[in-house]
Amino acid sequence: MSGVPGATPFARSVWLILRKDLTVEVRSREIAYTTLFFAASCVLIFAFALVREGRAPEGGAAGILWIAVLFAGTLALGRAFERERQSETLRALLLSPMPRPAIYLGKLLGIVALLAGTELVLVPLVVLLFSARLFAHPFWLLGIVITATVGIAAVGTLFAAMLVRARSRDVLLPVLLYPVVVPVIIAGVQGTAALLQPVFEPALVRFWLLLLVTFDIVFVVLALWTFEAVMSD
Amino acid sequence: MPKWFTPAAILCGLMFVISPVLIARAPDESSMGMVYKIYYYHMPSAWMFLLAPLVCGVSSALFLARGRAEDDRRAWSAAELTVLFGALTLITGPLWARRAWGTWWVWDARLTSSLVGWMIGWAYLILRRYGGPGSDKLAAGVALFGAVNVPFIFISVNYWRTIHPPTTVVPKLPVDMGVPLWFCVFAFLLLFVLLMTMRLRLEEARTRLDALYVALDE
Repeated sequence: MSGVPGATPFARSVWLILRKDLTVEVRSREIAYTTLFFAASCVLIFAFALVREGRAPEGGAAGILWIAVLFAGTLALGRAFERERQSETLRALLLSPMPRPAIYLGKLLGIVALLAGTELVLVPLVVLLFSARLFAHPFWLLGIVITATVGIAAVGTLFAAMLVRARSRDVLLPVLLYPVVVPVIIAGVQGTAALLQPVFEPALVRFWLLLLVTFDIVFVVLALWTFEAVMSD
Repeated sequence: MPKWFTPAAILCGLMFVISPVLIARAPDESSMGMVYKIYYYHMPSAWMFLLAPLVCGVSSALFLARGRAEDDRRAWSAAELTVLFGALTLITGPLWARRAWGTWWVWDARLTSSLVGWMIGWAYLILRRYGGPGSDKLAAGVALFGAVNVPFIFISVNYWRTIHPPTTVVPKLPVDMGVPLWFCVFAFLLLFVLLMTMRLRLEEARTRLDALYVALDE
């Protein structure tokens, strides 16, 4: 096995899955382009719908950012696993001697990387279109964005993987995913909105960030166990 | 049906007949008057709405760990009860809120997380209905996330500033309010057990029928 020298077999497996997904994506760039275009379209639609007399509603930028990320994430998750369904490559992955949690973590990191790439364009776009002063506290913003993205992707990766063989999976993914990730979206929106307050309160942002970290830990641990149990046959 | 079912069903029916009398006799609350009395149905159904996803989650975890069909049947029945008692909770709550708070709904932590729990119950049922073969295991995965939400609903009122009464209200109730409340709690619990038993029996009968069809084909 190639990979990072000195890493444990588990970490090497995670890295191999991640590298495979990124290599496929770099060659086709399909998910990156479609997701990005979709997310940008979402933001534009919200801009047309909500901006009145040249001004966005107060605090609206935070909500718009996270709705766009969630919608785009659903699209990316669906495509990422549709790719594995064609020619049954997911089955091949599950038949390989890699531990199941490593497969899950590799896929999760791939989705997080894709979403992070989308957010790199999305956040500046929201800042620009809604005159939101998001970059005033870059480290807090980075913390909120990363933890909320991991929360969405942790549940999303599990559900998308589970649904690979299910009927009407395209409809079922948002039906299952959205109710479960609503708490993450709430914390993400509130945390981002707290950054936009005229008077910055670090304690408030820290509270939402801690809540997001809690959600991440609970969701990743639960998903690791569930992935192993659900993908057993 | 098990032998205890009919007497228990009669008892449950009687309890629901008697409960309005007890509730009517309970004293009015100092600030809300008699409006608060929907609470005697709201809180017991809310407790069942918390119990059902827990039963669903634990049964699903057992199903994933051991793969026994009866765990799956219990999880499915509990998911239906989640949706049922969730609906009761979410209907009685706003009726009370309209008079007590002056609004049908507020987006606070308790109400939002309850709505989320109810939606996860629906998501489970939609998956069971339209997921096709293999959806039993997938639904079990969803049920685990539904169960994780329960402690969050429960503690949310104590940690967030909200107008919903906190969980500490119940032990502090005076006796003439506490007795009808606990009476209603037991009536709802009995209803929960009865519905669960009926639903499980239906599912067992369905499984046996399917097995008979398969045997007939072979």
